[in-house]
Amino acid sequence: MKGRIIGISGPTVTVDIPDLKLYDRVRLGLERLQGEVVHLSSGRAMVQVYEDTRGLALGEPAEGMGRPLSAQLGPGLLTGIFDGLQRPLSRMAAVHGPFIRPGKLLSPLAMDQSWQFTPAPQIGDTVTAGEVLGTISEGSHQHPVHAAAAGTLTMIASGLVVLKEPIALLAGDIKLYAHEEWPIRQPRPYRQKLAPTAPLITGQRIIDFLFPLAKGGTAILPGGFGTGKTILEQAIAKFADVDVVVYAGCGERGNEMAEMLEEFGELADPWSGQRLMDRTILVANTSNMPVAAREASIYTAVTMAEYYRDMGCHVLLLADSISRWAEALREISSAMEEMPGEEGYPTYLASRLAGFFSRAGVVETMNGRIGSLSIILSVSPPGGDFTEPATQACLRTSGAFLMLDTALAHRRHFPAINWFQSFSLYDADMGSYFEKEVSPAWNRNRRKCQALLQRDEKLREVAAIVGADGLQDSDHLLLAVAERIRQDFLCQNSYSADAFSTPELTAEKINTIISWGEAAEKRLTDGEELADILSKDKP
Amino acid sequence: MRLAEHRYKTISSIRSQLLMVEQVAAVRLGEVVRVVGPDGRSQEGEVLLIDGHTVLIQIFGECRGLDLRESTVIFTDAIKQAPLSLHMLNRVFNGSFLPLDGLPTPLPEKWVPVAGVPINPTSRARPEEFIETGFSAIDGLNTLVKGQKLPIFSCAGLPAKEIAAAILKNCTMTGTGQGRKQAVVFVALGLSHYEYSFYMETLAAIETNFVAFINLSSDPVVERLLAPRFGLTVAEYLAFEKEMDVLVVITDMTNYCDALREISTSREELPGRRGYPGYMYSDLASLFERAGRIKDRAGSVTMLPIVTMPEDDITHPIPDLTGYITEGQIVLSRDLHRQGIFPPIDVLPSLSRLMQQGIGTGRTRDDHRQTANRLYKYYAKGRDLRGLEAIVGRDGMSVSDRNILDFTDTFEQEFVNQGGSRRAITATLDTGLAILKRYGLEEL
Ligand SMILES: Nc1ncnc2c1ncn2[C@@H]1O[C@H](COP(=O)(O)OP(=O)(O)OP(=O)(O)O)[C@@H](O)[C@H]1O
Ligand SMILES: [Mg+2]
Repeated sequence: MKGRIIGISGPTVTVDIPDLKLYDRVRLGLERLQGEVVHLSSGRAMVQVYEDTRGLALGEPAEGMGRPLSAQLGPGLLTGIFDGLQRPLSRMAAVHGPFIRPGKLLSPLAMDQSWQFTPAPQIGDTVTAGEVLGTISEGSHQHPVHAAAAGTLTMIASGLVVLKEPIALLAGDIKLYAHEEWPIRQPRPYRQKLAPTAPLITGQRIIDFLFPLAKGGTAILPGGFGTGKTILEQAIAKFADVDVVVYAGCGERGNEMAEMLEEFGELADPWSGQRLMDRTILVANTSNMPVAAREASIYTAVTMAEYYRDMGCHVLLLADSISRWAEALREISSAMEEMPGEEGYPTYLASRLAGFFSRAGVVETMNGRIGSLSIILSVSPPGGDFTEPATQACLRTSGAFLMLDTALAHRRHFPAINWFQSFSLYDADMGSYFEKEVSPAWNRNRRKCQALLQRDEKLREVAAIVGADGLQDSDHLLLAVAERIRQDFLCQNSYSADAFSTPELTAEKINTIISWGEAAEKRLTDGEELADILSKDKP
Repeated sequence: MRLAEHRYKTISSIRSQLLMVEQVAAVRLGEVVRVVGPDGRSQEGEVLLIDGHTVLIQIFGECRGLDLRESTVIFTDAIKQAPLSLHMLNRVFNGSFLPLDGLPTPLPEKWVPVAGVPINPTSRARPEEFIETGFSAIDGLNTLVKGQKLPIFSCAGLPAKEIAAAILKNCTMTGTGQGRKQAVVFVALGLSHYEYSFYMETLAAIETNFVAFINLSSDPVVERLLAPRFGLTVAEYLAFEKEMDVLVVITDMTNYCDALREISTSREELPGRRGYPGYMYSDLASLFERAGRIKDRAGSVTMLPIVTMPEDDITHPIPDLTGYITEGQIVLSRDLHRQGIFPPIDVLPSLSRLMQQGIGTGRTRDDHRQTANRLYKYYAKGRDLRGLEAIVGRDGMSVSDRNILDFTDTFEQEFVNQGGSRRAITATLDTGLAILKRYGLEEL
């Protein structure tokens, strides 16, 4: 399927290749840039190009690859860092130097790396398509290798294997490999979806205690610039109690990705003690990389996440920031001259987002295991205005809303999660879980804590008008307790040892504060002086 | 490569700075073209869009004098490139890289496309080496490090120009990279003649090597988009090939964004917030992300863009999108300016996100973090208390609250305010410590 370039408009290129299918992958020009068919009409096709089109010329060759944009899946994804098209950035740097130039392709998986393979059937056995040929171990993970075709085995490897060689042969010289390709826009199948029951522990007290997340659930973190979205996502990526973390830097800073790579290479996973990077996959499509690849990057990320979910893992996907993805969608849509919706976003923004969120969940996999995929997205609303379309579209489908507050961030109260506006739809279920598994006082203290914070807000409004002297002693006591909750419990500095708190420590900490408050209240009603109570053992 | 130059006399329409040319046989996107008018005057332009054999061209200069019959379009087969060599140092150019200082065009060592290519994130080295600007409010509390992009958010009428000039003059990039050379690249966009003479005097007086790109308010608008790209291409060359620490000062990004809007509108693109194009975030990122350091290479590119917030509004798309890309911001305050404080930096909304790595033992001084945290904490408290003071009056406040209010005033008058003088980092920290001590606030 070959043809030529007949038009170029920014990142969209028109070609005259016959017989293309929608979403087919296309290679363009002498540099063989990568693209995807987004619009078909008779005699011509419009291709969305994932790389910089500057320098591409009229009449240069174009070739249809006959299959959609796919991710390569197999052992060796963990510890990797990929761009939005799943190009392996570390190996790219080693081969092509420190700058990313268009058209350069390397296979996402290291094809020469050796892996330990344990075969299941023997030579002479007949296998059906989809049958498990054996497993490859990647650390503690067992990758099942599925037969891509049916037939009689004439060869099957055992022991050390490399991905570029066939792992088995079928009669008629049909080659079977240990890795597969999966179209990124198509969710991977599972037997059935189950309701989330277990919490996703983040190690962040305000989240685990007030707005708990669920394994298989979804959450968004909207906030203006500098409110701590990235730091919070990175903290969750470090401390979450999951098996695999996929972190997508979507249209954000290069320095942040470099820092993560460095840090995750040194730090240990608090649950398993292994190097954090060993459970992590990074997808980096920074803000200066082509926007079309940014649009694809979250699908590349979620496909790799589903792949590990299908092995029965608990997987967490974080993306920073989904607004940059939405903007990429808007740019592509406007280049295709589609009718714009609100603020120029295409009208399908909400349905695309909902489709993406629906790839989260707890599932029974095709081979009967239980795996989960949780999704947490940061949102960067323009001007910090939460009524804008991308925030609103996320809000409708996500299970938890953790609103980051510019005023709190300016006061250096981090994580700057606003405790009045935020919510989690999982709180009742997860509350009972924590009550049973961690502390019987969990829900009681939670209600108490919320009431204290409510009252604190009211009192501070009053104090701002009448002055602090206008308040009663009991009010002052409450302010002191709430202050301690805010400073010592809700605040968690990511740069300190306090960055991670287990649910047990979280429960203990809030219990100490609340018990002290209750005791002090009693002493006050018993006639003790407020100043004495506060000075003797100040909360 | 085409063997011969392609010339066409097939212009079918001219509107503002856009030309449509028909029957073009060979053309590439972004290709540089020369358009020669009937009077023989030549201008540069760039291919924006190709639709079959019809090509849309954006002219960089003026379209006045062009016609449909006589004007010729010459296709050069090359995309926009910058001529680079060390002879550029201490020279002043316009937004088309032509000398403004009366000296001849330097002989290039090489040509490099101005659009730049993304740095592979795995090749980035962590920005962590201290840059001394000479301003306490920056060096002490919002430290700038090599490879960072840190904008100054100003308001109309505030002395951003004087701050930029002082930084051009005073900044030293020592840190761990002792013995390395430094240079400043100065890019001025949409400058009035008055500002032009001010900056020319500043440049004449500085000791560091510099390269300047000056686009005056009367110069073509498209050059406003080109000048920063020339500046950054030069900066990358000096940094990553000639091992220099390069500070890029761009003023004023608001003029850049307005030029972007103007050109986008003339291309009839769909407008986004406040008429700015939907791709403004990506466009700004394509500039700001060029700051950085690269592993195993000596130099660095640091950016200090100046942004004037329209209507003093930090949520306006220009400062908003800038803040989403940069690694912090330095915010100027009208209030402090009114009190005669220079530089009028409000440290509360200001933030350097990369500060943590750049300070402390071996970088600045052991007590830097602690001193900065204390100053910040008490100043923030004092600013809160000022709200209360407005309601209940100073007399109605406790002794310790009044003490903090006094500290807050002194902090503004003696730490932030430093007039025309330059403070070394040790002097900055000593000043801070002395003020804390005076009010008995050494402990947190
Ligand atoms: N948990 C935390 N502990 C300590 N400091 C924090 C914390 N969260 C945020 N900060 C501070 O706030 C700064 C900004 O945080 P961050 O980069 O995460 O913001 P952001 O919301 O991602 O901004 P942007 O939208 O511009 O990317 C950090 O550099 C750090 O100084
Ligand atoms: Mg961020």
